[in-house]
Amino acid sequence: MHSEIFASCEEASGAALALALARDALALSGEEGTKQGRHVLWVQDRAAIRRGGRPCLQGLPADLRHRLIHVAANTPEDALFALEEGLKCRDLACVIGEIAGNPRALSFAASRRLSLAAERHGIALWLVRLDAAPDLSSARMRWRVRAAVSPRPRWNPAAPGRATWHAELFRARAHPPGKWMLDDADGTLRPVSAADAPDPRDLARPTVGRSLAARARA
Amino acid sequence: MLLADARVLCPQLAVAPSDPAGDLAALEKLALWAQRWGPWSALDPPDGVLVDVTGAAHLFGGEDALLTDVSCSFARQGLTVRAALAPTAGAAWALAHFAPAGTILVPDEDPLPLLADLPVAALRLDEDVLTVLRRLGIKRLGELAGVSGIGDDPQHEAAARDALRRRFRGRHSPAANPLLRLDQLLGKVPEPLLPVLARPQPMVQRRLLEPIRHRNLLDRVVRDLAEDMVRALEARGEGARRLELGLWRVDGEVLVRRIELAAATREADHMIRLFATRLDDVEAGFGIEVIQLRSSWSEPLALSQADLDSAAERHGTSLAACVDRLAVRLGTRAVTRPVARASHIPERAQGWQAPFDPLPPVQGMLPFNVRPLKLFDRPEPIAVLYASPDGYPQRFRWRGAVRDVVRVEGPERIAPEWWRERSTARLRDYYRIEDETGRRYWIYRQGLADDGRGGMPEWFLQGLFA
Repeated sequence: MHSEIFASCEEASGAALALALARDALALSGEEGTKQGRHVLWVQDRAAIRRGGRPCLQGLPADLRHRLIHVAANTPEDALFALEEGLKCRDLACVIGEIAGNPRALSFAASRRLSLAAERHGIALWLVRLDAAPDLSSARMRWRVRAAVSPRPRWNPAAPGRATWHAELFRARAHPPGKWMLDDADGTLRPVSAADAPDPRDLARPTVGRSLAARARA
Repeated sequence: MLLADARVLCPQLAVAPSDPAGDLAALEKLALWAQRWGPWSALDPPDGVLVDVTGAAHLFGGEDALLTDVSCSFARQGLTVRAALAPTAGAAWALAHFAPAGTILVPDEDPLPLLADLPVAALRLDEDVLTVLRRLGIKRLGELAGVSGIGDDPQHEAAARDALRRRFRGRHSPAANPLLRLDQLLGKVPEPLLPVLARPQPMVQRRLLEPIRHRNLLDRVVRDLAEDMVRALEARGEGARRLELGLWRVDGEVLVRRIELAAATREADHMIRLFATRLDDVEAGFGIEVIQLRSSWSEPLALSQADLDSAAERHGTSLAACVDRLAVRLGTRAVTRPVARASHIPERAQGWQAPFDPLPPVQGMLPFNVRPLKLFDRPEPIAVLYASPDGYPQRFRWRGAVRDVVRVEGPERIAPEWWRERSTARLRDYYRIEDETGRRYWIYRQGLADDGRGGMPEWFLQGLFA
């Protein structure tokens, strides 16, 4: 119910993995039909906005664009208050939080409050900790994530491919820890295996040394 | 004449800025206040009020006494007034503007002798119609009244009226047609007026025998007020969107606490909870003697059937209540939702608005314009190494670390919005890049090296991809 994701604020992997896990959990719980229309609360404190940026409407998954409510809190205390109020609200699908660093307000007691609220009301909380040390917390699952080199796209091998992450589950209550390489293909989260190699050949042949015009003349 | 010129001529000139909206609001209040003389009143902007006193004059001791009362009441307020009384609104307007003050037109007497000397401007006509009439030689109402069908020679009058009607035959608006206005003035044609109706705001208050100085008593009174307010709103079938709590202290100080709600509500508990956080800084002083709760903005809210079974099992708050609680503590600007705006510039293509405001219509987004997941409020400047000034970036420094660019896609060129920006604004070439650790960024080069709009182009990092 309450998960923490540790990420660097110089990449958007934390928020991206939180979104992917949230969508995955909603789809798995079979409540997608009923929860589809529900809003998603995204809480950021000021440091997280300054260092990691705000969510961009056109970059969000298409089904989330019209049901996102964003809360810009000034202090970590306000952000924690907003997270707790969000967890108490029955009309939300899930709550995503982003808090930068290790503020004093986010103590073990505060995280315990969040866990209890999430469990009592049955709403998932995904808390992204930007540039934070993994201190004491009562989160049920704790992830560490960083960006991975993306697979080469089929049509333009020189371009960045779809989002891929190295995700490490380093503490979980009901699951052994592990490491995965995850990618978010077409809105579904799945592990990338070694056999899942990119296309064996490039469909776009490089024109080395000769331009198309020269080739036509020859 | 300019104000500066006027001040040179007369240095002791007093200047006040014009405030048409404020004047209209004041006139509206005046019209409501003027309903003391009759059951309804109408505005006559910019400076008039029409009151219907039909059958009400005897309450003031006759029509003369009524007009005296009107002028006395206005004089007590420090306002100069020209009042007149007539059977039709048009005649009353004409007398008030162009006759001696206090003129009364009695219903059964012939109106024309009294009105014949008034200028045609008394008909409330447009400027250009007045010009036409002046050129025709018609300056007084009496001259126009020759065509009204009341005179001695019906044959001649009918012909003259016909000529005038033909001249103004295309004009259907009363202000452009003198015949229509004349008939309205004489009461032959009805003239509908738009009355001013007072809509009292739902308001409840408690006057306290003993001034209260303690918080728990204040909470108790606020709870009573909220319950009264819920009843008042229920009777009107409305829900509150904005609530104002006024606290009158013994020493005459008034404290006002105002909350705005995201959706119309009629829940006493919700109101109390929102006010509870706003009452922490109330200084009671020697005590609070009057507490008033007013809903200055309410919206229709249908009565709903309380569901006895599901109320117990559905715990938690509704989304509107959650947004209200957040907005009261964090400020209304903090709780928003992103909306698309009509612009190509990425920071302008997205706006933030209140969560329950209706979404503005927008054109669909093009799926091949890939946008990052996170966007910085201000693009961060980066130092870029490149092979050629308009080529791909090869290495860049951001936040103190040097990153190699391994993969690039671009440029996506976004031209400046010439209808909004200065002509020296530079275009942007956006690149999606990935560094050797797999981090994906969205960077742009502002301008071209040879576009003549500044020196070498600068590079910025604007967003982070998932």
